Amino acid sequence: MSKENPEIDYISIASNKPKGKRPYFFKDPAIERVLNITMAIGMELAVVRERVDSLERILEAKGIMTREELENYVPANKDIADERQQWHSEYISRILRIVQQEMEELENPDKTLQDIADDIDKM
Amino acid sequence: MAKNLPPTYDKIAKHEVFPETTSDEKARYNFLASLNKHLAHVSQGNKIAYENRVKPKFEKEKGRTFQSKNEVDDAMSDDPHYQIWSAMRRSTMEMRQQAGRSLTYRQGLKLKEKVEKLNAQKPNSLILNDDVKVPPYLLAVDNHLMPGSYHTELFEGDVSNAANYDGGLFVTTAGLLGKYSDGGGKAMADWMTTTYPDFQPKRILDIGCGMGHNVIPIARRYPDAEIIAIDTGRPMLKYGHARMVALGIENVTFMQAEASNLPFEAESFDWIQTTMFLHETGGKSIYNIMKEVYRTLKKDGITMHIEQPQYTDDMSFYEQWIRDWDAYNNSEPYWSKMHDIDPKDLMEDCGFDRNEYMQIGAKAINDLDDGTQKADEPEDHGRSPIWNVFGAWKR
Repeated sequence: MSKENPEIDYISIASNKPKGKRPYFFKDPAIERVLNITMAIGMELAVVRERVDSLERILEAKGIMTREELENYVPANKDIADERQQWHSEYISRILRIVQQEMEELENPDKTLQDIADDIDKM
Repeated sequence: MAKNLPPTYDKIAKHEVFPETTSDEKARYNFLASLNKHLAHVSQGNKIAYENRVKPKFEKEKGRTFQSKNEVDDAMSDDPHYQIWSAMRRSTMEMRQQAGRSLTYRQGLKLKEKVEKLNAQKPNSLILNDDVKVPPYLLAVDNHLMPGSYHTELFEGDVSNAANYDGGLFVTTAGLLGKYSDGGGKAMADWMTTTYPDFQPKRILDIGCGMGHNVIPIARRYPDAEIIAIDTGRPMLKYGHARMVALGIENVTFMQAEASNLPFEAESFDWIQTTMFLHETGGKSIYNIMKEVYRTLKKDGITMHIEQPQYTDDMSFYEQWIRDWDAYNNSEPYWSKMHDIDPKDLMEDCGFDRNEYMQIGAKAINDLDDGTQKADEPEDHGRSPIWNVFGAWKR
């Protein structure tokens, strides 16, 4: 829940499962589960890489900060520490999306897209 | 691997209701646009796997070749390359929805406020109607894996999915639809003015307008025309109307209405347009919609429909099968079924003269192309902004 939208659980909403039984392409769904988590971690690594690249370029260009200062940084107060923990919460929900979706499917078993296509063909 | 690098997300055009993005959110979209491009290349491995091991094995075992796309599906579903490619492509679409919805729902209340403020500036061109129901074919599925689809409001005034759609199109198409994701509408407007320079439509109807991204270029091209854009998704209409006001367009009215029961008198429009809409309808509805198009179109008026490339009889079962991937795995199930209909028959059955039927190819007009997009790339089935457009004059 973000500060600006306290009543909207946007972290959970963002990882919701779309309608229709999820197709799996490997015989063992466990492979696909791990793959999805790995793909998301791969993405987040790219995100961090881009951010670090921006930071380093700006800092170097401005001559503002040394690498040593960066290495030794600790959060200066509780707000900063909370903000960083909030980031971890969002991050974990993002990379474990498939587990949430499988849980939603367990709660609400869904029709296959082939069945929905047949339904829709009669609509 | 991909020769053409997608433009970075910061190149996308902003407007007053466009969702704000942090540096990480932009980076996430940059990664996903590149990943989509990469997977389009890797998809060529499916054809190789089919030719080199799946087809030979099937033929050896059965003593004959494939006789349907279902047989291709059964055989390919055991192939390791197809499995990893499909799993990654599905995962990429889910990550794209998650990335977009996390950023729009994060600022959901702010987006609602911005939309309402702009809509209040021009209240007469947004017509909402609670009696209009979302048709069953849209309730049955979340098209493109967007949870909640076009109609769901998770809180009063929620437009988050519409904003997710606006920013996300750029990612799925790797920027090939242009700064405003309006390459389809621009292509249509260009085709009309080039092909029929004397045609001056007074009233234009856009059916299934969504957030209106493809109707805006038509409104710009025909500033004196009165344009009505309809949809059943309230959040899309509210967001689309606010987006139009933000872009300084005056001549489009966004209206909540259902395509198979148009609230207009017979012969009301000179031009009726749909863009990537019909493949998200249903097997009976598509006929009811086309009949309504015929009824509300003026004599000597034109209707045009931008759609996915049609399957043809000379297309191999493999080609038909790979083109079905998005239908079932990116949740656009009617896309596959619609290919069983000949659009010429559809239009004739709904009143149009078969001799007036026309079919053209269209490619998105992309104002993000800085000249680095020229290398030949494999067709990304279902994603390439190259379309089949069909339609007819009503005589």
